[in-house]
Amino acid sequence: MVTIDDYGHYDTAWCPGCGNFSILKAVKQALVASQLEPHEVLFVSGIGQAAKAPHYLNANRFNGLHGRSLPVATGAKLANPKLTVIVESGDGCNYGEGGNHFLAALRRNIDVTLLVHNNQVYGLTKGQASPTSAEGFVTKAQPEGVTLRSFNPIAVAVAMQAGFVARGFSGMIDHLSGLIQQGIAHRGFSLIDVLQPCVSFNKVNTFAWYKDRCDPLPPAYDPTDWEAAMKVARQWEDKIPIGIIYRNDLLPFEEHFPVLSQGPLVGRNVDRVKLKRIMEGYG
Amino acid sequence: MTRTDLNILIGGEAGQGLITIGQLLAKSLVRAGYSIVVTQSYQSRIRGGHNTFAIRVGLDEVIAPQESVDLLVALDRATVTLHRQDLSPNGLILVDESVDVSDDASLKVPYKQLAKDKFSNIASLGVAGALLGLEEKLVARTLHDLFGKKHPQVMEENRQVLEAAFRWCSGQPASIHKLAPIANPPQRLMMNGNEAIALSALSAGLKFLAFYPMTPSTSICLNLAGHAGQMGLIVEQAEDEIAAINMAIGASFAGAPSMVATSGGGFALMAEGVSLAAMTETPVVIVVSQRPGPATGLPTRTEQGDLEFVLHAGHGEFPRAVFAPGTVEECFHLTRRAFELAELYQGPMFLLTDQFLADSYRAVMPFDVENLPPVSVSTEAVGSSPYKRFAITENGVSPRLLPGMSEHLIVADSDEHTEDGHITEDLSVRRQMVEKRLRKGRGFRAEVIPPDMEGQDKSDLLMVSWGSSKGPVKEAASRLRSGGQRVATLHFSQVWPLMPEQFMGHLEAARQVVCVEINATGQLARLIRRETGFQIKKKVLQYDGLPLTPESILRGLMTIL
Ligand SMILES: Cc1ncc(C[n+]2csc(CCOP(=O)(O)OP(=O)(O)O)c2C)c(N)n1
Ligand code: SF4
Ligand SMILES: [Mg+2]
Repeated sequence: MVTIDDYGHYDTAWCPGCGNFSILKAVKQALVASQLEPHEVLFVSGIGQAAKAPHYLNANRFNGLHGRSLPVATGAKLANPKLTVIVESGDGCNYGEGGNHFLAALRRNIDVTLLVHNNQVYGLTKGQASPTSAEGFVTKAQPEGVTLRSFNPIAVAVAMQAGFVARGFSGMIDHLSGLIQQGIAHRGFSLIDVLQPCVSFNKVNTFAWYKDRCDPLPPAYDPTDWEAAMKVARQWEDKIPIGIIYRNDLLPFEEHFPVLSQGPLVGRNVDRVKLKRIMEGYG
Repeated sequence: MTRTDLNILIGGEAGQGLITIGQLLAKSLVRAGYSIVVTQSYQSRIRGGHNTFAIRVGLDEVIAPQESVDLLVALDRATVTLHRQDLSPNGLILVDESVDVSDDASLKVPYKQLAKDKFSNIASLGVAGALLGLEEKLVARTLHDLFGKKHPQVMEENRQVLEAAFRWCSGQPASIHKLAPIANPPQRLMMNGNEAIALSALSAGLKFLAFYPMTPSTSICLNLAGHAGQMGLIVEQAEDEIAAINMAIGASFAGAPSMVATSGGGFALMAEGVSLAAMTETPVVIVVSQRPGPATGLPTRTEQGDLEFVLHAGHGEFPRAVFAPGTVEECFHLTRRAFELAELYQGPMFLLTDQFLADSYRAVMPFDVENLPPVSVSTEAVGSSPYKRFAITENGVSPRLLPGMSEHLIVADSDEHTEDGHITEDLSVRRQMVEKRLRKGRGFRAEVIPPDMEGQDKSDLLMVSWGSSKGPVKEAASRLRSGGQRVATLHFSQVWPLMPEQFMGHLEAARQVVCVEINATGQLARLIRRETGFQIKKKVLQYDGLPLTPESILRGLMTIL
């Protein structure tokens, strides 16, 4: 029996009141509900406040470069498809610095769960605009307010027919943990964009601001209906829909490789008879 | 009278099938027992332009390209115009009879008579092969190996064209370009540098390669992709080079021996990943195949301009080894060496090659792939729990376990970290970790491949070179020696770390030292000075995108000595 304690208790470097605490809790709950042992799980993260989350979880962890967690996760999953691979990082990390990897991950559909702590700001570097910052958001770097249009990760993911697309809110821990659990269980790429208040640098999208707007999708909502999902994906006004917005059951990327049906790539022998034949092809 | 050494140049437009004829002719020559050096020169375009495929062939080992041409196989008019000046005194131009050249040196071939249009290439192959004295049977077999299985119909037509070409040649005056036959030809392979790198990577146990296409490295990746299914490895075309190296690091972290291959521009994008591999102590082999820069430079030409770049790429301080093969055999052996070091010392290791060597086919003896073991990924069990991925050890190497393969948890961080892999700002730990990582360098400094010294120490002239320039420099030296001069060569196939005690004696004993490099500033000379204080003042530098030849080196020496 896996319990919350198996995932440890650590001191964190986050600000009191930060939404990251609740996300951490939801992650642990989801892991316990999935009955995954710590050594079966690999967390990969980039750099940022969100990216520190894996340090506060007792599991395998690879804390890489800013923006580059998805490629590392992709490589690790392909080398050992038995690992449950979860990426945890910020909105800047995934949608800004790592934007190209985000787009490729949507297309590749590898069985990796991406948890984006979306506080609509760069926390670690003290409050510059992120790709998801609202138009008009004022920061020291954008003193006249952001003029770029805000990035909508959900709409992009649904448009690309990514495997599993969900939005959660750090203020609704049980709901969020349910999404994470389903994301992990989904065979294929899962995006879970988590709205997360940053008490220090985002005074616009506060806990109350999200709480007023976050609205779970009704039980009758059908996430396999792509056209309906495209509509839901664009909603971001008085009501922000949360829940599983879109899903499909396209073949996960790693299942295209017959070599992976035998498990991890480590410890495989080199077939020297075949190799010799390849070499003789040059004769 | 037969020849022992010849230079053949095939020229034409891109898309004319010139590479196919070149490969077939070269392969036939190798099968007949000759030694070859192929130089491919092409423009960055898919159709048109002017491309060449040169085959220097010899009874004895040939090691370098040659400028003067003995047999010019001109597939178009432009080839005659552009290369007439390179023709040797007895040189011959093979050209279609319809091409308007009035030249004593030309042999006009009725290609239209010998073959239908789309087979005229095979006719030129046949004529060239016959003039060189190759057996029709042997050329036909080479053709068959390329086309036979897939297209039996095409093969039959090819065979007929070949026969017609050989028959036509037998009606011509005796060829003065016949190579002396070799009685019992050795069973050799025809392989270029990139093919040898790919084969070596397979033999070393490569299980994961991610790449973004960039000439001249792409063919390594395509070759491996072609063998991925049967050899059980994964080759993934990544979204960019940043993704490629980070995927390789992720795969290696999870236990798959990993590699990336790129050229200067792509490697520039990988630089932060190099540093990540060093910090997380993850093995990864990085192949950088050089082409002239800056920026996009000359995409399909050659240069040795990225030595300093590869030496310094990646922020922060960490140990690395850089290998620079001088021959196709060295491409094979040094790629394996890079894998061994990456695995043993857990970090990024480099192979620095270039377009010339990448595309240069040679005749090589088969490698002992049956007996060469793959690298072993260290997964030794550890007694003490909890496991510390970055345990401080005397040689700096920590026992490496893999995630998901045991109950032990593996933690790696690009931030400075404690022995158990967790982010830290404890500055005394920082100091210990820097020292631990650098200590690993001591281990492989003890195993540096010494530069190859040829000739007497007390020479009048010592030529220093690295990487693909090996053959041309050696041949230039031997030509000078046969003219009575005392000349020696010193070639580096491992350009980092440099171990002065391995070569200072040679540098100091020579009356004059000249560094020969394919770049404009003498990067190896500068590195030697930085590491040893020894200043090589005289340099032969070439930076027009072309490979060195013995002739170009000799011309260069004339202007400085
Ligand atoms: C290549 C690179 N560029 C810039 C940085 C500096 N940096 C670290 S975190 C960060 C932004 C973090 O924002 P986000 O990903 O949203 O995470 P948050 O801190 O908000 O959780 C930046 C710009 C870096 N570490 N690496
Ligand atoms: S800066 Fe913002 S995101 Fe970072 S820990 Fe503080 S509240 Fe959380
Ligand atoms: Mg953020």
